[in-house]
Amino acid sequence: MHLAYPAVLAALLFCTGLYGVLARRNAILVLMSVELMLNAVNLNLVAFDVWLSRTAAETLHSGQALTLFTIAIAAAEIGIGLAIVLAVYRNRGTSDIDKLRDTAEGHGPEGPDGPDGPDGPDGSGGSGGPDSDNSDDSDGDAPAAEKAEATA
Amino acid sequence: MNLAQEAHGFLSPTGVEIAFLLVGLVTFGAALVTVTTRQLVHAALWLVVTLGGLAVEYLLLTAEFIAWVQVLIYVGSVVVLLLFGLMLTKAPIGRSPDADSGNRWAALTVAVASAGALIWVVVDAFRATWINLDGPAAGSTEATGASLFQNWVLPFEALSVLLLAALVGAIVLSRKTKAESSPPPVNSRAVSGGSPFVPDSRNHPIGRKAPTSGTESAEQEGAR
Repeated sequence: MHLAYPAVLAALLFCTGLYGVLARRNAILVLMSVELMLNAVNLNLVAFDVWLSRTAAETLHSGQALTLFTIAIAAAEIGIGLAIVLAVYRNRGTSDIDKLRDTAEGHGPEGPDGPDGPDGPDGSGGSGGPDSDNSDDSDGDAPAAEKAEATA
Repeated sequence: MNLAQEAHGFLSPTGVEIAFLLVGLVTFGAALVTVTTRQLVHAALWLVVTLGGLAVEYLLLTAEFIAWVQVLIYVGSVVVLLLFGLMLTKAPIGRSPDADSGNRWAALTVAVASAGALIWVVVDAFRATWINLDGPAAGSTEATGASLFQNWVLPFEALSVLLLAALVGAIVLSRKTKAESSPPPVNSRAVSGGSPFVPDSRNHPIGRKAPTSGTESAEQEGAR
């Protein structure tokens, strides 16, 4: 098999994941796109390991070992990422990454809303905001803002 | 060497190459649907097709252990985690019009430009490189296990520590926020169980876990 086939497929998958990371708005869809990029890298590692294990006399199978490590790290990454997304959703009532602008600088109309507290616009703007969001708001603005900054 | 490599032309593909090409087309198409569909659950289900297609590609590259690990970890657990994440964030069933953000065309430009550059470089570099797939499998379980436990033992053990850290971190991140918000859970437990048992069960781990180590105290915080 030509090495160009898996290499081209890996490049295409990587760029598909790149498009997904840049164009998606839901945080979980962004995580799916990150998984696509990691899988493209895994395909490259496996293909080059099979090629090198034929040409080199002594090989460490480093490509396949690194693929296993990448898979394990991707599993850990998806767990941590989903925990962060759930924590953000619990505080804000949304998982829309375009609305998480508390640490952004220099945008005009969002500026006065920033010091009012992050749950001011989101409590009204989050149409799908559950009741637990309101109960978090009634507990006090300070822990929500503190945790929002910690997760951001 | 050049003669032996130019014997394998692009115009006369072998059977493995044809199978790789067909499965690759399915994989790439499923990946495209994953990043463009407006139904969030369908994106996760098309991701299953993509990851399964990649497992078949690993099998065609004679890396069987990686293929089954891919099926177990990605298709089995990562997609299930993603579906649970979609469920817990109350993702809408059906078409959601705001799945794509406003910078779609900029993202498309960047992706197409990087794809063109990467494919040009890769094809130009590895045009004549041939993988010999005959003989014993390069990625059989025996070969992978021998190399993993002879040459890669220390990173393997370090990876277990990293997985433990990720597990504890996920628990800490996803627990409830404060102990002050505990009265609703106490009431709900009072409905289900006995209410005098609740403070008893809350006092008991504190008295028991006071002389233990730091991880136990972190777990106790998680319980509270």
